[in-house]
Amino acid sequence: MLALIRKDLQIELRTKEALASLLLLALLMLVVLSFAFDPTSALRSESAPGALWVAVTFAGVSALNRSFVAERENDCLQGLLLCPVDRGTIYLAKTIANFLFMMAAQLVTVPIFVFFFNLPLSWGLVGVVASLGLGVFGLSAVGTLFAAVSVRTRAREIMLPLLLLPLIVPVFIAGVKVTARALADKPLADVAHWLHLMIGFDVVFLVVGWLVFEYAVEE
Amino acid sequence: MTARVIEARDLGRTFAGVTALDGVTLEVRAGESVAVFGPNGAGKTTLLRLLATLLRPSHGTLRLFDQSVGDGAEARRRIGFLSHQSFLYPDLTPLENLEFYAEMYRTDAQRAHQLLDDVGLTGWAHRPVRTLSRGLEQRAALARAVLHDPDLLLLDEPFTGLDTAAASTLMRMLREAQARGTTLLMTTHDMTRGFDLCERAVILTNGRLVWSGVLAETSPDALVHLYEARTQRGSPTVGASAARL
Repeated sequence: MLALIRKDLQIELRTKEALASLLLLALLMLVVLSFAFDPTSALRSESAPGALWVAVTFAGVSALNRSFVAERENDCLQGLLLCPVDRGTIYLAKTIANFLFMMAAQLVTVPIFVFFFNLPLSWGLVGVVASLGLGVFGLSAVGTLFAAVSVRTRAREIMLPLLLLPLIVPVFIAGVKVTARALADKPLADVAHWLHLMIGFDVVFLVVGWLVFEYAVEE
Repeated sequence: MTARVIEARDLGRTFAGVTALDGVTLEVRAGESVAVFGPNGAGKTTLLRLLATLLRPSHGTLRLFDQSVGDGAEARRRIGFLSHQSFLYPDLTPLENLEFYAEMYRTDAQRAHQLLDDVGLTGWAHRPVRTLSRGLEQRAALARAVLHDPDLLLLDEPFTGLDTAAASTLMRMLREAQARGTTLLMTTHDMTRGFDLCERAVILTNGRLVWSGVLAETSPDALVHLYEARTQRGSPTVGASAARL
């Protein structure tokens, strides 16, 4: 599995295609959304969690779209499937690689989000990053599976968001709730049920993806 | 008795209701070299992909290395597949690609250097695959296919797009593999090379095996006539000289 993750990171570090598109899209969304609200209005800080999750989700979809494009060139996916490894392992490695790309992008996105939404630097940001970690992992788990399905379709740029977005609504809502709580510097124990939902979502879809990936990549 | 490397019975595959391969029965023993001839769309690539466990059969049974295929992982460890696609990541160099595949097959990564030298790619080892010509990329693909020293080498039109030097290198490497006892199954339109390299041949047309025979029992000209007759008629019958069908 490490070889697979390392290969994906090696290709990404060389091309920077997924990271560049992910970062640019997230930043553009944050800038546009931050200007959509009056800087003096209380609504601005209330809308901040939603803005962050919209940026993370849509930028994530764009990165996931790229994740199987490298496998498509020269039919590399077939080369990968020829290797004597369980197909579920390929799925797990791809999911982890996608998670790492998306979290790397958050290292830039979160400070810019704090700046544009004029948020105070507090310990609450740790909670924001934790909720992003859980949410992004869920997005990677579902997205990697659907990216494998959609990469063989003609309209893959549209197919992936169509399949993925309705499914990740629970994670999106939970992420917004936890982020709002964390930004308000209030204890996360009050939103424990949302955190549990995110953890449950991550575990369920990771197991489902691991089990069905073989059929997703099969013709 | 020599081990059976491939044992396919009534093997078939359909794609969205379209039959690509229908009722193919084929047996190949260890160390044999078999050429698969057939026109475009005959089902040659589908047959190879089924044998490589990249596809599941719609019907029929397949045993590889005297064992049922199962999830295919064990069989794949012993199979090398050279396709018209190189399976090489364009943004990685040939050496990085081979090192990656060496790790996947848990084979010695040092072999990558030796193989790149064998296929004459030492000078291109550190350039991204994207910048290589078709011929050079196919040489790297050959190195990838034999990296783990497979017992069964499946070759899908291996000579397509190769210049004379690259074709000679491929021919030499395939002969070396044969000398080591590697079993070869090769699809090709090039009957001369098929004749040169293989001792048995089969003809596929419209997804069906229409002839199978020993090449020593026929001449290249006779085989061409036979091929034309069989592929034009698309007859599902098997020739009188058919062996082990």
